[in-house]
Parts: sequence; structure tokens; C-alpha cells
Amino acid sequence: MSDLNKNKINTPNLTSLSKETIDGDIATLNFGPTHPATHGIFQNIMKVDGDKILSSEQTVGYIHRAFEKLAERRPYNQITPITDRLNYCSSPINNMGWEMTVEKLIGAEIPKRVDYMRVIIMELSRIADHLVCNSVIGVDTGALSGFMYVFQEREKIYDIFEEVCGARLTTNIGRIGGFERDFSKGFHDKLKAFLANFPKAFEEFDSLLSRNRIFIDRTRDAGPIGAKRALEYGFTGPNLRAAGVDYDVRAMNPYSSYQDFDFIIPVGVKGDTYDRFMVRQEEIRQSLRIINQAYKNLPEGSYFAQNIPEFYLPPKEDVYNKMESLIYHFKIVMGEIPVPVGEVYHSVEGGNGELGFHLVSDGGRTPYRLQFRRPCFIYYQGYPEMITGQTISEAVLTLSSLNVIAGELDA
Amino acid sequence: MSDFIFSHETVLERISNKFEGLIISSDISYNILTIEVKTSMTYELIKWLKDDSVLNLSFLTLIGGIHYPENKGKELGITYHVHGLESNYRLRIRTFVPIENPIVDSIVDIYVGANWLERETFDFFGIEFKGHPNLCRILNEDDMDYFPMRKEYHLEDATREDKDDRYFGR
Repeated sequence: MSDLNKNKINTPNLTSLSKETIDGDIATLNFGPTHPATHGIFQNIMKVDGDKILSSEQTVGYIHRAFEKLAERRPYNQITPITDRLNYCSSPINNMGWEMTVEKLIGAEIPKRVDYMRVIIMELSRIADHLVCNSVIGVDTGALSGFMYVFQEREKIYDIFEEVCGARLTTNIGRIGGFERDFSKGFHDKLKAFLANFPKAFEEFDSLLSRNRIFIDRTRDAGPIGAKRALEYGFTGPNLRAAGVDYDVRAMNPYSSYQDFDFIIPVGVKGDTYDRFMVRQEEIRQSLRIINQAYKNLPEGSYFAQNIPEFYLPPKEDVYNKMESLIYHFKIVMGEIPVPVGEVYHSVEGGNGELGFHLVSDGGRTPYRLQFRRPCFIYYQGYPEMITGQTISEAVLTLSSLNVIAGELDA
Repeated sequence: MSDFIFSHETVLERISNKFEGLIISSDISYNILTIEVKTSMTYELIKWLKDDSVLNLSFLTLIGGIHYPENKGKELGITYHVHGLESNYRLRIRTFVPIENPIVDSIVDIYVGANWLERETFDFFGIEFKGHPNLCRILNEDDMDYFPMRKEYHLEDATREDKDDRYFGR
């Protein structure tokens, strides 16, 4: 087998670096892997003529952690922490996407209250994700104060997550079947305070950038991509919508009762950095609308699915006093629960696009095969085409506005 | 658009009318139709699905590999998910290749976004995509001499002999 590969593996041609450097007018610029402007570990080797990029080559995989292989050895509830580390700017969406995939496989009946609770958490994390992306675009154009300002608000979102699950960044939030506990009083207080104060802070941030002449001049026509090309590349999420295609998994295949909420899907025209920025800004407002609707109409009822005792940990008192609960507790903790045989594809609208889970189960305690559809990995391919002919500063902005998250890129 | 009604039956019928003998088997699992097709015709099928004005399954969602060591002669599977963004219909296409000669046609010239997905599948399963412009490893290091997602490779370093499986519950 090793012979088979030897001929096939083409190493990227890095040796050309030294030869052509400053030979004539064309220079080779090694941008990354650890560079302050890449906001993550990925390398771009660019051929530049002065400030113009002629071509570029990407190297990815610096933080590859073999999640798909790890998942083949873990029981279903132990895979949730792996998904945290995909897009770590919006871990709860990944967690809940995975939980919903398993629930689809095992046929759990999810109460309406759980759906609404999930929607609140997922939209909060979408806001956090988009805030990071948009404020970093501000940083890359030279406006550092906006970044500091909204990061304070992002902290408050993390405080809310902390009230729900005890963790902030890698949340491992929720359980297969619902939540481990109902929303606490601290959660309600913090969410109410956030909903009251955030819009004002956000609009102030918006007024700093969105109609700012310098900002518009910097971001207009930086890294544009047309709708047709974006679709061929497999773009999804805000980056596709900025190109003018209104594909949103929340509207197309509503999961977790998204059909109950009223929201619009903003689209851009040219698919450039400014459009991506504006689409994300508007999505933050729409997320706030959804949270307000979900919180106002939060139904009464159970915070976990009742029909899957073999997957949802029983309450502690029952474990000590009831035989079945003790058995279920033991089996769940040891991961000895067989699951149905089948093949599931479930996708959610992640911070960066369609986050899919393709799960093949052979009935054993672990997945036979689990593949993540990682939106970053798929749309980052389009990056060289978007920056060819642009300047280096525009390439930096394009990279930030695509919101490539290294954890999701490399899995 | 035509008045074609999307259902698993109608889609299956339309595909099997167009390509005779293409579909080896079909299965509906959790509301997505999976068709197993002949390896030699995968390229034409995906191209036709994209160009056909009725089905118009023109968005490539995912390409992935899967390994069934017991499935002699067709150990390695390649799974394509395609999606019609107008009809909101998803279709899963799967084809199997033998592990000694795992070659399938690349679809990069149909979907430019297939490039990295095929490289990833090559990287982890060793499936070769004929006609791929730059088929090399993408996430793993270049001098790796095995394909880590195949079932014979365990999570730990396979060359270690100091670990006894009995102490790890295996």
C-alpha cells in the first residue's frame, strides 16, 4: 500500500519560495501559518507583484485532531464535547446540531419547550459568532475600539451560557433529549438584562462602521464572489447570502421549531466584504427578534424528552431509589446503549453555514462512520479565486469576513 | 418549472429511466433516498442531475468515504450528497470500489467545490479520483504512509506494543 501512495502524493511546491523571491518584480509572500492577521493557523503562500496578488496557495490541517476517527470509538453522548471544538465561536450550535442528529436516529419526541430553549441558546451563539467576525473586520480596517466594545457584550452571552451549562467557550451544552436542567433564575435575569441592553450597544457599534466612509472604501469590492460561483464552490451561510442567494437551513428545512418564528433572511448583492459584513449585522438583529419571540412564548412543559429513558440520564434521587433508573444510569455512563441501524443526515444553520452531520450507525454503541459537513472547509477553497488581483490588505479583510475558523476548517 | 412532483419514487423512476442498469440498489433511510450506483457511471449521473432541468439537483453538499472491510470486492464506498435548492430535495449517491484498485472519476469539473472534499477522501481512505487536478493529502502530513480512516487503523499508534488491550476494555 505504501508503494501505491508514494507516486500519488504531491507535496506542495514550497522549494520555489527561495528561488523566485525578489527575482524580477514578483515576490513570494509567506502569509501565515501564525500571523496576527490570519486569526488562526493557516498558511497562504502568495505570489505578489508589488501589492497585487497574482496567485496564492493554501495549506490547511495545522490543527487537525482526527475528530471523525475519534467519534468512531466514542458513545453518542461523549461525542458532544468533540463538536464543541469545531466552530468554537458558536459551540452550542454544534452541540445541538449533533444532539438533534442523534435524536433523529433514535426517534426522540422533543417537547416544544426544549425546541424554544434551544432556539434561544443557538441564536445567542449566532450573535456571539457574528460579533467576533464583524468586530474583527473592524480591527483589520484599523478600528480597534468597536472590537473591545462588542466583546464586552459577547462576554455577557458567555455569562448566560455559564448559567445554563457551567461552561463558557467549549460549552458541551444540553443533552441528547433536551437539557440537563431547566433555565435557572440567574439565566432569566441575565437574559433579560442582555435583551434590554444589547440592542443599544450593538447599534452604536453599527453606527461606527456601517456608514463610515473609510470603512466602506476599504471593504467595497474586497474579495467579491458571484452567486453562481459561490454555489459551485459550495458556499453556505452568510457568505452565500452576501452573494445574493437566500439559502438558510432554518427556513428551508426548519429544525427545532424554527417555523414558529418570524424572521427575514438578509441577502447581499455583490458578495464582497462589505456585503458579508452587512448580512451578518442584519442577522444579529434577526437573531434578537427570534430570541425575543422564543422567550416571550416559551412554552411550559418538560425540559427533556420523556420517551428515551435509555439515553437521557435519570434524576439522581431516582438513581438511588429505583432499580430501572440505576440500570439506565449505569448503561448511559458506560455507553452500553445499542441504537437503531440507519443512516442519518441532519444539518443546522451554523455560524458559518450549513453544518451537517452524516451519521452511519450499524447498531453498535458508537457511530460506524460520522462525517461533519464543515462549512469553513468547503468555502475556504474559494479564497484564492476571490483574492487574485486584489491587494494584500484586501486579502486580509476577505479572510476575516469569510470567518474561517481553524477548528472547523481542520476538524 | 415543470409540474414534476418530488418524491422518492418519482425521482428514482426518472433516474432509472434515464440510465438503464445504473442503480444497483436503493434504500430510504430517515427520509433521504440512497441509491447505490455503478462506479463507471457516477460521473455522468452527477453531471446529469446538475444539468437536468426537472430534477436540478445542483448543489453539492458533501463527499465522504466509508470502509466496510467485510464487503469483499467493494470495501470502500464513496458517498455524495446532492441537494436541489429550489425543490429542497436531497439525494444520497453511493458507489463502491475494491480496496486493491480504489479508483473513481473526479467530479471537480462539475463542482469546483469537490476539490478539497475529494482530497480529504483520498487523504483518509485512499480513494483515488481520476482526473483530479491536485490529488494530494490535505489534513494529514504528506509523508504519512497509510490511510487513517480505514477500519484496520486504530486510534493509537499501530506500531506500539506496550499496550495490552485487556486493560483498556477492548
